[in-house]
Amino acid sequence: MRRRLPSIGAAMAAGWLALALLVWAYGESPRAVLAQLVAGTWAVPYGAGQVLYKATLLSLTGAAVDLALGAGCFNIGAEGQLAVGGLALAVAGAALPAGTPRWIGLPAVLLVAPAAGAIWALAPAILRARFGAHEVISTIMMNRIADALCGFALARGLAVSGTARTADVVPAARVPRLDAVGLTSFHGSAVSLAMPIALAVVALASFWRARTRVGRETMLVGMGPAACAAEGIPVARRLAGALVLSGAIAGLASVAPVLGYKGYYEAGLGAGAGFGGIAVALLGRGSPVGLALAALLVGTLEQGGLVVNARVPMELTTILQGVVIVAVALTDVRVRAAATRSGA
Amino acid sequence: MRHDAALLTTAFAQTLRMAVPYACAALGGVWSERSGVVNIALEGILLAGALAGVAAHAATGSAWTGVAAGALVGAGIGAVHAGLVERGRVDAIVSGLALNLMAAGGTRFLLRGLYGSSSNSPAVAGFHAFGGAGAGALLARTLADPLAVAATALVCWTVWAMRRTRFGLRVRACGEDPASARMAGVDVARVRTAAVSLGGAIAGLGGVALAYDQHQFQSGMSAGRGYIALAAVILSGWRPARAVAACVAFAALDAAQMLAQDQARAGIYVVQSLPYVATLTALWAIGRGRGTRAAGRSGALLGRAPAGLGKPAD
Repeated sequence: MRRRLPSIGAAMAAGWLALALLVWAYGESPRAVLAQLVAGTWAVPYGAGQVLYKATLLSLTGAAVDLALGAGCFNIGAEGQLAVGGLALAVAGAALPAGTPRWIGLPAVLLVAPAAGAIWALAPAILRARFGAHEVISTIMMNRIADALCGFALARGLAVSGTARTADVVPAARVPRLDAVGLTSFHGSAVSLAMPIALAVVALASFWRARTRVGRETMLVGMGPAACAAEGIPVARRLAGALVLSGAIAGLASVAPVLGYKGYYEAGLGAGAGFGGIAVALLGRGSPVGLALAALLVGTLEQGGLVVNARVPMELTTILQGVVIVAVALTDVRVRAAATRSGA
Repeated sequence: MRHDAALLTTAFAQTLRMAVPYACAALGGVWSERSGVVNIALEGILLAGALAGVAAHAATGSAWTGVAAGALVGAGIGAVHAGLVERGRVDAIVSGLALNLMAAGGTRFLLRGLYGSSSNSPAVAGFHAFGGAGAGALLARTLADPLAVAATALVCWTVWAMRRTRFGLRVRACGEDPASARMAGVDVARVRTAAVSLGGAIAGLGGVALAYDQHQFQSGMSAGRGYIALAAVILSGWRPARAVAACVAFAALDAAQMLAQDQARAGIYVVQSLPYVATLTALWAIGRGRGTRAAGRSGALLGRAPAGLGKPAD
């Protein structure tokens, strides 16, 4: 973590500079916009709740991208894995009988999301591990196919007629919002108990990488596949496993919007979190605390964009994400090292 | 019979019309990737080129200024991408993603700043030489469109330049074996920057064609076309003429979708996914043939990635 501080510092500086310049170019005062951004996010419980909701998604997609990066793969497919996971989750949650007890209903559907995400990552994983096809291209293709699949499924009867969304998930499979479990000041915001679930999964993924045999081997493959092959580590299997596990974690991210927030799936729900997860992963690489902090930062930016939208266009924050990614990549030696491996 | 002929003519004209942005983006991808630089920023270049074209057209009243602005912005983004990758040693995927994010956010930001709208720009005339309804007029208009003519010329020029010009051969040398190219005295980073900028300019023209076709800029109007173009590049085995042929095939799918209208709403999604499924299949087939005796045969059909793609010069 300490070695990465200069890189993170440079990214923050570049981010602030870009923010100030863009706001100033738009004819507004950077200081006033910044003050409004802070006042609308962290200074009120509703804003903080919205940031935490976005960070829930981002920490999971970030952990997903980060895990694949550790194994030497770039999972650009979190976006599609999240969409497919969300659709499967909503369909499964609505299919449960109305009287299902919560202790059966919730665990059952919770498994559906990562399973769907893992299945969506399976084709890129096999293509990479067995046929040497670059996972970036195949995951981009899978993202576009996921869009088409969700559109197809909703048009072909999964949507409630006359709408573009699935039926409601039964109450027993919903994840309660934080205001429903006693934290009433978060009232109205979308943060739910999916947040502690996400934190646990981020911690578990970190434990798996550092403390289990298969996890350690997977990270070693990321450092030097040739050396691993010489040592008898099944390189192709570890690579494929990392991509599939990454897909499962990205699929699980759909729990926050589907079970914790809306209670159904509609096209575009959670969209953008997959790409946001790439920024989170680059900022917080390899450390669960780093990932959580990066998710909070990107989540604050996203919610902050909505808050200041009346003064400056909210897309400001999308530009900032790009600036921060470039700044980190320019200063982080480890991301640079990834450039030396063969391309798409 | 007359009706069938009119429908066919319309379908043909629509296909050509829709193929122009794809073809320009794919040519941009070929120039970039044959020089050894992975380029997923095509999507962002299309989008930025479209807004630049419309903004310059609206400001000056001249459609040609818009064309120049679109190409210039495309070249600029290409140059930034090449600079980050070749000089800054940033992963090409990371750089491409960041540029796509900046283009998506930046075009919306500018749209609101310039025109106070979050969805579209005011209308521009574009190139509309002559009017007239009917299929024949549509086809004539499409064939006479300066950007369609330019795209056709650029395809021929790219095929020729990559085989016959010093620059084209250097680009290919940098893409196949950057280390040897460097030892032969080629400044790899410079050649790659030139190739990616040139490709960016061509892809920027595609963005202008996209916007002029709709007579305005709409936010997010590239709608994944850059990725489809990338798919065409891979399907073609990184060869320009075949990449453009794949683009025309994808455009025909689009045109079929449009002419079929809402007859089968769900079917549209199946058609939409075809280019991506085809690309995944091609990736599988390329990988399966690698290192086997059949590789020679399937290699001739499918082609292969430039050997130095993604490799730095030193």
